[in-house]
Amino acid sequence: MPARRRACYVLAALAGLAGLSLAAALLVGSVAVAPRELAALLGGEASSLAAEVVLQLRLPRALSGFACGGLLALAGALMQVLLRNPLADPYVLGISGGAGVGALAAILLGLSGVGLDLFAFAGALAALFLVFGLAHGDSSWTQTRLLLTGVIVAAGCGALVALMLALAPESKLRGMLFWLMGDLSQSLSPWPSLAALTLALLLVMPFARELNLLARGAETAQALGVGIARLRGLVYLIAALATAAAVTSAGSIGFVGLVVPHLMRLAIGNDQRLLLPAAVLAGGTLLVAADTLARTVIAPEQLPVGVLTALLGVPVFLFLLSRTGGQRA
Amino acid sequence: MSALLAARELAVRIGAQGVCCGLDFELAAGEILVILGKNGAGKSTLLAALAGLRPPSGGQVLLQGRTYAAHGSRAAARLRGWLGQHRDDPFASTVLESALAGRHPHLGRWQWESAADVRIAREALVEVGLHGLETRDVQTLSGGERQRLAIATLLTQAAPLMLLDEPLTHLDLNHQIAVLEILARRARQGAGIIAVLHDPGLAWRYAQRVLLLYGNGHTELGPADTLLTPARLERLYGHPLARIEQDGRVAFIPI
Repeated sequence: MPARRRACYVLAALAGLAGLSLAAALLVGSVAVAPRELAALLGGEASSLAAEVVLQLRLPRALSGFACGGLLALAGALMQVLLRNPLADPYVLGISGGAGVGALAAILLGLSGVGLDLFAFAGALAALFLVFGLAHGDSSWTQTRLLLTGVIVAAGCGALVALMLALAPESKLRGMLFWLMGDLSQSLSPWPSLAALTLALLLVMPFARELNLLARGAETAQALGVGIARLRGLVYLIAALATAAAVTSAGSIGFVGLVVPHLMRLAIGNDQRLLLPAAVLAGGTLLVAADTLARTVIAPEQLPVGVLTALLGVPVFLFLLSRTGGQRA
Repeated sequence: MSALLAARELAVRIGAQGVCCGLDFELAAGEILVILGKNGAGKSTLLAALAGLRPPSGGQVLLQGRTYAAHGSRAAARLRGWLGQHRDDPFASTVLESALAGRHPHLGRWQWESAADVRIAREALVEVGLHGLETRDVQTLSGGERQRLAIATLLTQAAPLMLLDEPLTHLDLNHQIAVLEILARRARQGAGIIAVLHDPGLAWRYAQRVLLLYGNGHTELGPADTLLTPARLERLYGHPLARIEQDGRVAFIPI
């Protein structure tokens, strides 16, 4: 079965790239670590400043970055298929807007750490329920209604965010802006988001071929035996919770969720059985690479990683787009 | 064996408008039934109800003797294929991948398409004249090519009952006849076919029975050659028609 074998090769290659980006994230920084020392450090055989830096600081941050990138890319790929709209991204339903309102409110109240995360997650869930509740018209969600409700809720959240920024004292502005642009230095523990990523992927993979059909149109999918109402509800919920998990841990990092799925589609096609895991690996890799650059290019200062994901991703995307455009003409 | 499809006391409505009420018929293997009616008479809605894609407002639709709910959607998809009216592909996909979508109900949850599935899809593409285009992106196809691809996908599904909503849209004359010949061949091999068409002449030529929808809940069902008269068609379309016969074929032209 050539299609299946090709999928294995592609995923193996992407996993290799992901491994490289994680290794680079562990090695690079103010305390340089040689590749040879890394194995010993990870095995826990050395205890030194280097071990402390790699295991306590860089490893959790790199894993958080990978999980968030993977979650955003997965949520983006799912939203694009569900809304049958290539311009959809994880934030289209207003989830990041809600998380933003929660997070900024927490910062204004002087909260940080777990308190901040709880506020952000509560904000994301509130936006999620608001959108689904309002869009739930006469017994079924129509795509346009859901999309419009999401856009309006996001706009409302944007206004609240602007209001809080305007009222915030000078001393808190920088933290608030970094949260809004997406920043991994604030993420506490990588494990919740890694768990969310694994769970989300395990839940959607059994439905990957049905999602292929859904991308071709709801009625066609229904005629081919897909229970579309149940499938849509399930996958919306997974995508929304994946987005909520990602923004809670790292703020609203832009670009990954919109562009990584497209990048993968251009490179490997639109079979969700391959696309979804590939987008997870590529999204994670991109975010880890971007974050490594974000904390090293102007060290000791740090850049918000959201800026870097866009700077890295835009040229790659434009290159791929022009290449496939040329083939088609 | 029970009929491929049976309607029992079937009532279908669009809002306040009645499409049909108390409709009773059975479709046997090997039969072609054509639905005719004006725009907005409810042809597509009735077809969707017959396909189990929307609930009827009364009565029952039985697929090989059982309701769609009793079959379950996957099992039903192995017995009944449906060709919709709308084609749009927001995402790129190759022609072969699109045709392979028809194999979905035959595959297990973790199963990938086998070489046999690919062969079935390729044969369907040959049948509709799309061979050689297997690796083309669907988004680069013309309207007529997309229509034939959708028909190839339906053939790939290999269901014994096929319901087609305006299968000849966007097709040139030669492809219209080619597609109807494919359907007639499938019918001779034991398939049952219900199609919504616009040309009463083609209905006369290919269908054994026709179902006329007058758009006010009134319907007529009967043999094509007795039901398709100029007087009746004038009432159906609200426009006078003339019947022309040549070499045993019939055409109806608007006057």
